Amino acid sequence: MSAGGPAGRSGAHGPLRGREPFPDAARRALADTQLRQNLARATRTIRARRAEVVGEVPDWEALREAGRAIRAEATQRLPELLETLEAQVVARGGTVHWARDAAEATRVVVNCVQATGAREVLKVKSMTTQEIGLNTALERAGIRPVETDLAELIVQLAGDTPSHIVVPAIHRNREEIRQLFRQHLPEAPAALGDDPQELAAVARRHLRQKFLRAPVAISGVNFAVAETGTLVVVESEGNGRMCLTLPSTLVTVMGIEKVIPRWRDLDVLLQLLPRSATGERMNPYTSMWTGVTPGDGPQTFHLVLVDGGRSRALADPIGREALRCIRCSACLNVCPVFERVGGHAYGSVYPGPIGAILTPQLTGRPGDRVTGSLPFASTLCGACLDACPVLIDIPQLLVHLRGVARAGARQGRRPPSPSTLAMGAAAWVMADGSRLGWAGRAARLGRRLPAAGLPPLARWLRTRDLPTPPPETFRAWWARTRRGRS
Amino acid sequence: MVGADPARPVVNARTVVLGRLRRALQPGVVPEPIVRAYRQAGPSPPGAPALLDRLQARLLDLGAGVRRTAPDTVAEVIAALLAARGATTVVVPAGLPRTFVPGAVVDAADRPAPTLDQVDLVVTGCAVAIAETGTLVLDGSPDQGRRALTLVPDWHIAVVAAARVVETLPEAIARLDPTRPLTFISGPSATSDIEFRRVEGVHGPRTLDVILVTTGG
Amino acid sequence: MEAAAGHARAIRPPARRAIPDGGPRSAATRVTRIRVALLATCLVDTLFPDVGRATVRLLERLGVDVDFPSGQACCGQMHVNAGYPEQALAIIRNHVAAFSGAELVVAPSGSCVGAVRHQQARVARQAGDLALARDAEALAARTLELTELLVDVLAIEDVGARFPHRVTYHPTCHALRLLRVGDRPRRLLSRVRGLELVELGDAEVCCGFGGTFSVANPDVSAAMLGDKLSRVLATGAEVVTAVDVSCLMHIAGGLSRLRTGVRAMHLAEILATTGDGP
Ligand code: SF4
Repeated sequence: MSAGGPAGRSGAHGPLRGREPFPDAARRALADTQLRQNLARATRTIRARRAEVVGEVPDWEALREAGRAIRAEATQRLPELLETLEAQVVARGGTVHWARDAAEATRVVVNCVQATGAREVLKVKSMTTQEIGLNTALERAGIRPVETDLAELIVQLAGDTPSHIVVPAIHRNREEIRQLFRQHLPEAPAALGDDPQELAAVARRHLRQKFLRAPVAISGVNFAVAETGTLVVVESEGNGRMCLTLPSTLVTVMGIEKVIPRWRDLDVLLQLLPRSATGERMNPYTSMWTGVTPGDGPQTFHLVLVDGGRSRALADPIGREALRCIRCSACLNVCPVFERVGGHAYGSVYPGPIGAILTPQLTGRPGDRVTGSLPFASTLCGACLDACPVLIDIPQLLVHLRGVARAGARQGRRPPSPSTLAMGAAAWVMADGSRLGWAGRAARLGRRLPAAGLPPLARWLRTRDLPTPPPETFRAWWARTRRGRS
Repeated sequence: MVGADPARPVVNARTVVLGRLRRALQPGVVPEPIVRAYRQAGPSPPGAPALLDRLQARLLDLGAGVRRTAPDTVAEVIAALLAARGATTVVVPAGLPRTFVPGAVVDAADRPAPTLDQVDLVVTGCAVAIAETGTLVLDGSPDQGRRALTLVPDWHIAVVAAARVVETLPEAIARLDPTRPLTFISGPSATSDIEFRRVEGVHGPRTLDVILVTTGG
Repeated sequence: MEAAAGHARAIRPPARRAIPDGGPRSAATRVTRIRVALLATCLVDTLFPDVGRATVRLLERLGVDVDFPSGQACCGQMHVNAGYPEQALAIIRNHVAAFSGAELVVAPSGSCVGAVRHQQARVARQAGDLALARDAEALAARTLELTELLVDVLAIEDVGARFPHRVTYHPTCHALRLLRVGDRPRRLLSRVRGLELVELGDAEVCCGFGGTFSVANPDVSAAMLGDKLSRVLATGAEVVTAVDVSCLMHIAGGLSRLRTGVRAMHLAEILATTGDGP
C-alpha cells in the first residue's frame, strides 16, 4: 500500500522501473514472508492447473513446434507484415499510427483521446501501455485512466505496480484486497468480507456504470492478423469485451512484434495461450475485430504500432528469439527464482525469466547496473524452456545476454574489473590440463579453496560450507596408480 | 494512410520504424515453412452425438447450464427457463426465429446500449461451438446480433444447432469469417485475480444457458 | 530458423547407441571390450576425486576399459554461463583437443555433458570458429553421461552394488531437462541391494546452485537451498544422491552447516559400493 509505488512510476521510457540491481531488490523481497506465501500459493495452483490441461492435449508438442515457427516467421517478415496489417485496418475504416518510442506512443494516444474531448478513459489490461507509461502521460494531460481488469484495479487503487504478466496482483492476498476496496470504493459495503466472490462483485458494481457511459477505451492486443487486419484480445472477466464494444472510440496500442502472418495461425496460438497462461482449456472470452463494423462496437478505431526497442532486439540474430514471446507468463509461474522474489524485484514491467531478457533488450542499456543484473537472475534450471509454448530457449538467451551485459559494462571502463581479471586467470588455468593439475596441487597445499577469500563468497558461506580440497586430486591419483598403464 | 490524425509526425515515424526493421533483418532469409502436424480436425463430424456429449460436459464444467431439445420444442424449453427464474424482460436479435421467445423485444441498432442493462435476458443463436473446449462463437450474424446485446444483460441463453458443433478449434477457425466481429465465449465470465481462485460472474453475463438443438431427438 | 537449432537439441533425447556386441548383461562377457575416455570434470578432478575413483571402479568392475586423457581440464561452462564466451573459447578448444582421440567419452556429470552437447559448438560457431564447432559437435555425439552409458550402451541396470541405506534422489536440472536422463538413475538405484529409495518432494525444483548464480544472488540461492534441504530432511533419508557434484556440493554445504548428519553422495559412489570394498 505504498503510496506512489515502489521505485517511482513517473518518467517511464520503457519497461524499466527499478533503480536497484536484482540481487538487492531480491533480498528485500525475500524478507517479506507474506509476499512469499502469497506467491508460493498462487504459483503452485497455476502450475498444477497448467500441467493438467497441457497434459490432456495429445498434440501439444506439435502445437508448440508450429507456434514456434509461426512466431519465428512473424519476426523474420516483420516490416512486410506490418504494412499488410496497416493496409487491412485502414481498408476497414481504422486509423493506424506508428511510434518510434514510448514518448511518441503516449503522445499519439493522448492526442487521440483529446480529439474526443473525454476526461476519463477506460483501460483494458495491457502490458504495452504499461511499458510506455501511458497512465502517467494521460494523467499529465488531465485525463483519468480507469483500469478495468480486477487485478489492475487492485494495483491502481494501491498505488502499486503489477508484479506478474497475467496475474498482476498475485502479490496481494484477499485480506489486503478487502482493505483496499473498503478504503477506496464507495460501492464497498461496510461489512465487506474477504471472499473473492464478494470482492469481485464489488468491482462489478463499481465499474458497470463506467462501462455504460465511457466514450473512450484503450486496449492492448494479444495478436494482430496481418492478412485480414483482425485484432485479438484474450481475457477472462468481460471487462475487455465491455471496453472493446461499448465506447464510441477505441484506441489499441500494440508492440509491433504482436503481428502474426495469417488467420489460420490462430489455430495454434489460441490453443497454446490460454492453457499456458491460466491453465484453462480456453479463456472465458476472446474478442476479435477488424477495423470498424457499422452498427456494432466503436465507430472510431485507432491502432498505434509501437517500436520501443523492438527493432533493436530484432537486429540481434540471437536475441531476436525473445520477440516470439506471446506473454503467457508460463515461464514466470514455473521459475523457482520468480516464485521466491515476485515480480517487483525485477524492477521492470516485464518480470521473470522472459522479463530478464526483454528488459535489457528493450531499454537498449544491457550493461547498465540494473538491467545488466537481470540476465544473472536465473539458475539456468531450464524449467522455463520446458513450459514455453513457443519454445523460446530462455536459458540460452539469458546466457547470451550475460555476455552482452559484460561487454556493455566493459565499454568505457579500464582497467578491467576484478571479476573480469579473475575469470581471465581462471580461463588460463582451465584451458590446460597441466595447469589445472598444478592449481589443484596448490589448492591442496593451502587446504582451502583459492577463491574462498573473495568477497562474494562471504555471503555464500553464511548458509553453506565449502568443501575442503582433498589430499590428492583425481589427476594425481590416476598418475600415481595407473602410471605405465595408459 | 493516416487520415485526419492530429499527431503530425507519424508518417515520419512509420518510415523510421520500417527502415529500422528492414536494416535489422538480413536480406534473403526465407522463413521456414510452418509444419502443421497438429490435429486440424477431430475424428467426429460436426454434430456427431459424441461431440454433443463432450460439449455438454465441458459447458457444465465451466458453470453453464445445458438443455437438449428437438427443434420444435425450443420455445418450450426457453419458456420453462424463464418461468423458473421469473424473468420478464427478454431481448432478441432481429434474426432469431420469433417463435423461440414470443413477446420478446427485438433489438435495434439505434437502441442505446445502456438500456440493455435493464433487460433480464438475451436469447441468441450461435455461429460455431467447439466441443473440446466448451466454447461458443458468436459472429454478429442476424440471429446473434451486435456484440453489446450478449454482453450487457446478466443472463444469456444461446441456442446452438447440432450441425454447428465441431470438435476442435482449428475446425472453428476454418468456418469463421475473420472480418466479422467475433466473440469466443467459454462459460460465464470469470476471474482468478484474487489468490488465483476462480470466481464466476465478473462483468459479462453471470448466467449462461445453452440449448442444444438436435434433429434426431 | 534462428531458434530451431538450440531447442531441437534441447528436447531431443540423447542419442541411443547400439550395444556393440548386442550382449544384454555385462560388458565383461563381451567379445569386444568397451573403451571409454573419462571426462572427470574440473570439479571432480580438483575437489571430489572420490567420485572419479568410484566411477573408474564401477566401470572397470563392469568390464569397461577406462582412459583418462590428461590434457583435459574443463568444459568451459562456467565461463560461458558467467558471460565470458571469448574466454571460454580457449577452454573449449582444449577440451575438444583433449578428447579428439576418444571413441566414447563418459562423465559423472549431467551438467558438463549438457555443456558439451548444447553449448560448446554454439559458442565456437558464434565466435566464428566453424572448424572447432564441427569438431565440438562430433565430440558431443560421442559423449555420454554416466547413467546413459550404463543403461543405454552397456544395457545394465543391476550393477552389482550393495548399499544398505535409505536414499533419496535429486534430479539435477541439467540432467533432467538438458539431457533428459529421465528415470535412468532411479532404475539403477532401485536395483542396488539393501537400498531403500525414498521419493523426494518437489524433486524437480532447482536446488538454487546455478553456478555463478549462487555467488551473484546468494540470498535467493540460499532460500531455494533451504526449501530443498527441508524436502530432503522430510524424507528421512540418510543419503541424498544426484548425478552432479556441483549441485551436491551445494546441498552438502547446506546439510553440513545444519549439522543434519545426512550425507550427499554422487550416484557413482553408491553404484561403486559392493559391500566388500569402501
Ligand atoms: S517466454 Fe514463453 S513462457 Fe515466457 S511469457 Fe513468453 S511465451 Fe510465455
